[in-house]
Amino acid sequence: MEKGKGIMGSGRRWAVDFSDNSTAPSSRDIPDPPGFTRASVDQDDSTVSRQKKDAESNWKAQKAWEVAQAPFKNLLMMGFMMWMAGNTVHLFSIGITFSALWQPISALQGVGKVFEPYKDNKVDLLGPKLLFIALNLGGLALGVWKLNTLGLLPTHASDWVSSLPPAQEVEYSGGGIPL
Amino acid sequence: MAIGSFLILFILFFFSSLNPILSLYEDQVGLVDWHQQYLGKVKQAVFHTHKTGRKRVVVSTEENVVALLDLRQGEIFWRHVLGSNDVIDGIDIALGKYVITLSSGGSILRAWNLPDGQMVWESSLRGPKHSKSLLLVPTNLKIEKDNIVIIFSNGRLNAVSCIDGEVLWEKDFEGESLEVQQVIQPPGSNLIYVVGFASSSLFEMYQINALNGELLKHESAAFSGGFLGEVSPVFSETVVALDSTGLILLTVSFQNGMISFQQTPISNLVKDSFGPAKIIPSSVTGIFAIKMNAVTIVIRVTDENKLEVVEKTNHETSISDALPISEGQQAFALVQRAGPEIHLRVKLAHNWDDNLLKESVKMDQHRGLVHKIYINNYIRADKSYGFRALIVMEDHSLLLLQQGEIVWSREDGLASIIDVTTSELPVERDGVSVAKVEHNLFEWLKGHMLKLKGTLMLASPQDIAAIQSMRLKNSEKSKMTRDHNGFRKLLIVLTRAGKLFALHTGDGHIVWSYLLQSLQKSKVCQHPIGLNLYKWQVPHHHAMDENPSVLVIGKCGPSSDAPGALSFVDTYTGKELSSLSLVHSVALVIPLPYTDSTEQRLHLLIDADKHAHLYPKTPEAISIFEREFSNIYWYSVEDDNGIIKGHALRGKCTGEVADEVCFDTRELWSIVFPSESEKIIATVTRKLNEVVHTQAKVIADQEVMYKYISRNLLFVATVALKGSGEIGSVTPEESWLVAYLIDTVTGRILHRVTHHGSQGPVHAVFSENWVVYHYFNLKAHRYEMSVIEIYDQSRADNKDVWKLVLGKHNLTSPISLYSRPDVITKSQSYFFTHSVKTIAVTSTTKGITSKQLLIGTIGDQVLALEKRFLDPRRTVNPTQAEKEEGIIPLTDSLPIIPQSYVTHALRVEGLRGIITVPAKLESTTLVFAHGVDLFFTQLAPSRTYDSLTDDFNYALLLITIVALMAAIFLTWTLSERKELQENWR
Repeated sequence: MEKGKGIMGSGRRWAVDFSDNSTAPSSRDIPDPPGFTRASVDQDDSTVSRQKKDAESNWKAQKAWEVAQAPFKNLLMMGFMMWMAGNTVHLFSIGITFSALWQPISALQGVGKVFEPYKDNKVDLLGPKLLFIALNLGGLALGVWKLNTLGLLPTHASDWVSSLPPAQEVEYSGGGIPL
Repeated sequence: MAIGSFLILFILFFFSSLNPILSLYEDQVGLVDWHQQYLGKVKQAVFHTHKTGRKRVVVSTEENVVALLDLRQGEIFWRHVLGSNDVIDGIDIALGKYVITLSSGGSILRAWNLPDGQMVWESSLRGPKHSKSLLLVPTNLKIEKDNIVIIFSNGRLNAVSCIDGEVLWEKDFEGESLEVQQVIQPPGSNLIYVVGFASSSLFEMYQINALNGELLKHESAAFSGGFLGEVSPVFSETVVALDSTGLILLTVSFQNGMISFQQTPISNLVKDSFGPAKIIPSSVTGIFAIKMNAVTIVIRVTDENKLEVVEKTNHETSISDALPISEGQQAFALVQRAGPEIHLRVKLAHNWDDNLLKESVKMDQHRGLVHKIYINNYIRADKSYGFRALIVMEDHSLLLLQQGEIVWSREDGLASIIDVTTSELPVERDGVSVAKVEHNLFEWLKGHMLKLKGTLMLASPQDIAAIQSMRLKNSEKSKMTRDHNGFRKLLIVLTRAGKLFALHTGDGHIVWSYLLQSLQKSKVCQHPIGLNLYKWQVPHHHAMDENPSVLVIGKCGPSSDAPGALSFVDTYTGKELSSLSLVHSVALVIPLPYTDSTEQRLHLLIDADKHAHLYPKTPEAISIFEREFSNIYWYSVEDDNGIIKGHALRGKCTGEVADEVCFDTRELWSIVFPSESEKIIATVTRKLNEVVHTQAKVIADQEVMYKYISRNLLFVATVALKGSGEIGSVTPEESWLVAYLIDTVTGRILHRVTHHGSQGPVHAVFSENWVVYHYFNLKAHRYEMSVIEIYDQSRADNKDVWKLVLGKHNLTSPISLYSRPDVITKSQSYFFTHSVKTIAVTSTTKGITSKQLLIGTIGDQVLALEKRFLDPRRTVNPTQAEKEEGIIPLTDSLPIIPQSYVTHALRVEGLRGIITVPAKLESTTLVFAHGVDLFFTQLAPSRTYDSLTDDFNYALLLITIVALMAAIFLTWTLSERKELQENWR
């Protein structure tokens, strides 16, 4: 999750654009290295732009899949943490469990935002999105499972009757040893 | 945000690292608890006022306490509580340094060192038959330089050495019907006269040599009229007695061994007769008094044995013993109550007409009449005699009068509490500020500075002492208004004297006291007895404007058909709202679980003829009652015949007692215990006002057990008739103990268990669905405690979670006890080291907090024992899940942890009862233990989980917050600077 953010979006500080297609050396402040001719790149204009677009959409699709798979590593790490935390209720295990529940939920809330930069007509984002959602749901399930192993889910009859007041009795009787 | 979560984490760690403590720290003693020492009604007092040293008085009381009091302030120097089976018969001071006590029907004689109360010697005196017990300490009688004490008890006259308690000689008086009335030792002679009656018409006189017990003379003379009651010695060789009709006074003189009677009809002395008379014995030479109904007549005997009436009064008069003041002169005091004052007169024995002293002292109306007076003299600066008087009032209080002033008073009536209830204090309203405001700003500031120093651990030892005294004298805790946590309440106590006291739970001071007129001796009611206290009106919600009140129930005399008396007392003001003397008797009082629109609780009084009377007698109460008529039952336990009977109501009374609020009853069921094999020795029920939080008990592995919670369960313990005596009087084979759980509506026996080889006494406590009882195991020679828990099996199949989630279950619908119950019980027994006086259980406002048993031990302390030690599900090797649930591995005996004594270092002498009252704070319960002493404290059985404890480290919290604030500020400025530099780059 954190990683995905680092690669993408507004957080980007610099980038190398390998598909640089400017022909005029003057547009760059650094002169071309000797022996390098820009002309060789100058091919058919239309093919160039198509290729460029293809490359970009490919790249976007690839990135989208990468982002979609990112929660998997998270999942593994969470599982390890949970295993470490043990099955008794204390501060550490509760903290882990709640973060395991909270992360997928907040990630699911921001599904649209995460895939915003890869939005493209040609890129099919449905697959990555579904994977992303599925992985996060998996994380959520893991959290719920942990919650259950900690005994914090009301799945037993005892959880529902433990605060039931005693039933009223219809009859009333008093007395004792005569004074 | 990171810092915020760090703070939360830190605070959580901080709380979890707080060490839970079981007991008090030394500086917490007296913070919430208080302890008051009392003596009981004084029945004898002996002054010890030598010229040097402190002025002191030795008293013995009806609570069997012997104590030495400071005459200046009335403080206790030392005190011994002899216990209820060691009744004190007489006390005196011998040799000016020993306090001699005769107790246990004249069979135990003890000498205590006067200054410190250490026992010097004890001797036991036996005798041929039961008789009056008389103790005599002659001043100038010596046998071989040994001062002696003369005791007549159990038909034997003993002379005992003062030094070591050795019996020097003894003489039996074995005459079949001889009843010795007086033992007279004329001062300055070596003779002892023993006078008494034989065969009701024979006057017997024995003259005995005090040095060796030799019988010198025995004379007897018959008087055809017979004798009645006591004799009063008037001279060393003359006594006054009454004939059997109580109308003729006899002056019996036995000078020189010749017995002569002189008859004086009382009608000759006073014109109008008031019925049979009673002699009030006095030790004053030549003076005695008789009482006829309410009239007291003081009579002087002249040298020629002529009788002269010197005073006749309608006022209750008390006469003191004779006080020798100078050579051959005796002084005595008379005291009477007249309206708001008491009149005290001190006279010389031979000179009735002049008063040595005449004083009137203003006396609180609620102290009643003067019951006893003891006088003592001192020499004033002008060489004349001054007198101080110790008086015992009708409410059992003890006061010292000197120079027309009350020097001190002790509320010793509080040593004999019959019943206790509680009441809320008034709500604090604007303008009704009862609290004392701090004297001035400077004081207030100083106090807070000290406290701050204390919390920051900068205080010097003097400062710490000042802080401690400030904590103890905190005016907050004795405020007269309700507090948020419900710690401040009124304890309403009824004493044996028929006086109501309201004690403040904060510091134990008496808020008000009221001597109930309905429980005072009157013409209609000669021997009134206070019985019980009930909460009559507890206003909350819609009846907030009314003051709460209590109902006091008493009856006239000990018989079962004696008419009852009711009093209603406002608990805020301590005024009696109304009182009723009933035409019917009171055998049972049943507070009903219904209240009327003014929050008055309905009470059903059952009389000896099994009629039920409803109170209050209002149409509204009757209509409420008639609505619930068919659901009200009552039961009676006849422990003499071994029968428990259940009754239902039938309809309005018929016959001569026709009354709107009188109802006939009919018998429904009875349980008859076989009289040879089972005798009822203990019954116990749940407290009516106990709150149970839940009906379910969650056990290991998320399983549920449903508690069988019923208000109508009765625990009965029976023992074999042979085993009903003292412990050890039977062999284990002959003795058994049977415990029953009985439904009092249907008479169904839900559970029965027999403990073979066990014996009473049984002390039990019933709460929620469990009962704990304490008894003696003869086989193991140890005390045992058993627990029975009762569970409802018919509810156990409510296991469908969805039904429970949707609320489709009948677990909370009203149930009838006539439906067939399906119960299982679990029980377990454990050894317990102590023998027990009483057992109580803590109660909290919602019933969530875990329970503690409060055990009044034989050492007069209160021990708190957690209920989970008495859990029938304990096993030797609990599983992991059971351990998590908090089940303790089973041991054969219950642990006694020294820190869990609620009374810490104190003793509640003569402990009789423990009362627990819930505070508003769920974790806390208020505990009041009473006996001869009173003790009050607050308990938190599961620690104070809902408030910060007193020892919470505020300083650490404060320092942490300050440090964190500083850290936040620092990091903020650092980051600002860094950002700036970044931007400049």
